Amino acid sequence: MKNVKMRSTLSDKFFYTFNFLFLLLAFVGVIYPLIFILSASFSEPTAVSSGKVWLFPVKFNLRGYEAVFNDSKIWRGYYNSIVNTFFGTLINIALTILAAYPLSKKSFRSKKYFMFLFIFTMIFNGGLIPTYLLVNQLNLINTRWALWLPNAMSVYNMIITCTFFKHTIGEELFEAAQMDGCGDIYFLMKIVLPLSHAIIAVNALLYSVGHWNMFFDAMIYIQDVTLRPLQIVIRGILLQSQFDASMTSNVNVEALAAQEGLAELLKYSLIIVASIPMLLIYPFVQKHFVKGVMVGAIKG
Amino acid sequence: MRFVKSLQYDIRNNKQLLILLILPVLWVLIFKYQPMYGLLIAFKDFKAHLGILHSPWVGLKHFKAFINSYMFARVIKNTLIISIQSLICGFPIPILLALALNATKNKPWKKLVQFTIYAPYFISTVVMVSIIIQFLSPSVGAYGHFVKLFNLETKVLMGIPKYFSTIYTVSGIWQYAGYSTIIYLAALAGVDPTLHEVATIDGANRFKRILHVDIPGITPTMVTLLILSVGQLLQIGFEKIFLMQNPLNMISSEIISTYLYRVGLKTGLPKFSYAAAIGFLNSIVNVALLVSVNMASKKVFKTSIW
Repeated sequence: MKNVKMRSTLSDKFFYTFNFLFLLLAFVGVIYPLIFILSASFSEPTAVSSGKVWLFPVKFNLRGYEAVFNDSKIWRGYYNSIVNTFFGTLINIALTILAAYPLSKKSFRSKKYFMFLFIFTMIFNGGLIPTYLLVNQLNLINTRWALWLPNAMSVYNMIITCTFFKHTIGEELFEAAQMDGCGDIYFLMKIVLPLSHAIIAVNALLYSVGHWNMFFDAMIYIQDVTLRPLQIVIRGILLQSQFDASMTSNVNVEALAAQEGLAELLKYSLIIVASIPMLLIYPFVQKHFVKGVMVGAIKG
Repeated sequence: MRFVKSLQYDIRNNKQLLILLILPVLWVLIFKYQPMYGLLIAFKDFKAHLGILHSPWVGLKHFKAFINSYMFARVIKNTLIISIQSLICGFPIPILLALALNATKNKPWKKLVQFTIYAPYFISTVVMVSIIIQFLSPSVGAYGHFVKLFNLETKVLMGIPKYFSTIYTVSGIWQYAGYSTIIYLAALAGVDPTLHEVATIDGANRFKRILHVDIPGITPTMVTLLILSVGQLLQIGFEKIFLMQNPLNMISSEIISTYLYRVGLKTGLPKFSYAAAIGFLNSIVNVALLVSVNMASKKVFKTSIW
């Protein structure tokens, strides 16, 4: 008996060591590229292009960031992305709640027909060309509405929200309110919404990440340079290397040799600058994010 | 008929709920169902000035044109290679990670690993592809410097067609494997702890308990996610592939959705009807895949998504 126990603790020890090593591998594998980019963005241009940066910044400096912030295109992209994300998310949350609340009510008899109307669009959709023609026909091309309206709601998020309402807001609560002469709309505004901070946070998070990272819709619907969001601007710089001459022209002559290096450095700085909003909110929202997936998982 | 009856009931008793639903229903009709109607152009020669309704019917002309074109075999092959490779490599890793995280006794370490591996999910596709290209650059990237350490020859990896799907898969795992563990961790948290206790008393070590308690506990979740992924085999994300494309790797990187975009919107003479037919075909295959995988799984695993 004792022997058996000894063996099992030994094999457990082996297991826990292996388990730790496996997680360590995943941890290092994910964090190393992130640290490398961060370090490179704070290093000297020549050190980056000649491969001297491995883990920590080499000859710490901010030249890459200076170049990025000197570019008005990037500022405008930032502004556009913030506006698109803020109002886009507002529209999303409003529409999601408007749909999710009625569909969560047991006493609503046509519920399943409306639910089907929404869920069917998850399985089958018109696709790119008909949607583009519709947006074109509605004269939304080159307006922010082209980014807001076609994506005004995600059926998946609506179902998550609906599940949340079903589980948190009891039918009795509404019946009690109804006795006092409270209708559905008043009940939604005064009772349901204050009880639903968690699910509103989850929605805000999921939708705002979507808007902030949106690329394809902006590419096909927005040709107007002044309306271009950040993702389009940084694509131009990072992937098509079309940066302004003005961005590097205020660098003195001796640095001219390092221009190639600066161009590379600038890319690392830009990667960081483009990700700052997400990096800043990530630690605060991680909890909600997990919760969102969990709520979604209840329904399966 | 039953719908009319319940609607009449709701008009009498749930007027306010119907009022709340007006905007979402209008939205779904306009922005989701109107494009489905717009798919009619796949069977017509769409002329903008005639509109969808009055453009002349051409039957299956565009479908035939796509199936007979030399691009057909190529885009289908590329789409399948890329998606099957990412499915096979990408599916087991979150499960392994979740099992490992769940078995860790050191809570702060578990939290730190979770916090780190979820983070790449938030990186935008544009930035992600830039990171890939920066890293794989033979002259200035980490890959180039690493290879030069050993005095080996560097290659332009992004320009070699046969590496495309591997680069796509590996970077996809890096970005999404962590995030995908969340749902498995949720399922693992739901495993009855008394099963673990009983197994421990019977002398099962931690590894055996993973095999005989944890894995059976999350099998329904695994099957559900597998059904969903197989149903989306032909639906790989447009953005990442599109941004990773360059003239050198095009032969293995052109997939259905990027080809559709190229012929449908990007050219000076957009072939709306032809592209719509491609999209239609793609959607139908997706639905068929989803339905058949779901049916097979109902038989084999007794688990299905509906």
